[in-house]
Amino acid sequence: MQTRDIDRALQADDDTRLTRPRLFVLALTTALVAALATAALTFPANVGRLAPLAIDSLPRSGVLNPVTAVLLNYRGYDTLLEVAVLLLAIVGVWAIAPRARIWFKTPDTPVLATFVRLLLPLMIVVAGYMLWLGADEPGGAFQGGAVLGGVGVLWVAAAVWLPHAGRPFWLRLLLGAGVAAFVIAAVGLLLLTGGLLQYPPEQAKTVILVIEGAAMFSIGVTLAVLFIGGYPRREEEK
Amino acid sequence: MIDAATLYTLAGVLLFGMGLYALLAYPHLLRKILAMNVMGTGVFMVFISIAYQGPTQRADPVPHALVITGIVVAVCATGLALTLATRIQALTGSARLETDEET
Repeated sequence: MQTRDIDRALQADDDTRLTRPRLFVLALTTALVAALATAALTFPANVGRLAPLAIDSLPRSGVLNPVTAVLLNYRGYDTLLEVAVLLLAIVGVWAIAPRARIWFKTPDTPVLATFVRLLLPLMIVVAGYMLWLGADEPGGAFQGGAVLGGVGVLWVAAAVWLPHAGRPFWLRLLLGAGVAAFVIAAVGLLLLTGGLLQYPPEQAKTVILVIEGAAMFSIGVTLAVLFIGGYPRREEEK
Repeated sequence: MIDAATLYTLAGVLLFGMGLYALLAYPHLLRKILAMNVMGTGVFMVFISIAYQGPTQRADPVPHALVITGIVVAVCATGLALTLATRIQALTGSARLETDEET
């Protein structure tokens, strides 16, 4: 859908008058907001926190950034399922919208396409740096994946890569890499240590960075493919 | 009396309420998807401000990790919802949910 279409669609729906049903909904939501605000104001501060446990266990987690430790170590199964959700979203989009809606044209000037092409290697370095930094400082697979996703969106928008290549194996490989790495690590560690995603402290950082690396590429490609919206179609189907 | 963290919590609650109202009140699917995102942002703001433990302590990493998980899932859910909406529009010619007779 083009921006123009979206504008038109919203204009047709511009009726924002406060009808009687809407007043009823407004009253209900106002009451809910008031109740939630009261709860927020009387919320007991610093009770039942997991923060001391999370920070005290850092030496055994393999990383120094507590957020990364929570994501990839303490609650690793959580992140495993999240990466699976990303893959499911792609499966859902491809199933619902079999054809990608191509509205991207090669720009009139070669400057944009060249610039966008040059950005990819640069941004892979940036994403890798964010991933590496994520072990000890704010950063990690999601931040790096967002950077890669941004470059992917630029590639599609500048028509450097258009979704008419059918179902390239490398694309599906990249989409599934995060889940695959996570599951292999989970099963391998289950056999080795007897605990699901229970890393031996000495190898924890290596395992975390390998999983994060695969997940980062999957997240980036997932975001770009979601932006295309629909199954990448073959040239001859046009 | 109200500190910055509480103010952020209240702003998050307000965003959640605004999103919920728009989600329920407007029939256009694009508005509903946008409203869902506003609601989600409100929830994230509440989580982020709950993580605040005062100026001397570092923020609680557990809610922060939940938020980063939530953001990625929200983006993917939005992508899926937009695809569903365009599909509904392609099949029915309208991206609005049909409502009962409006009074």
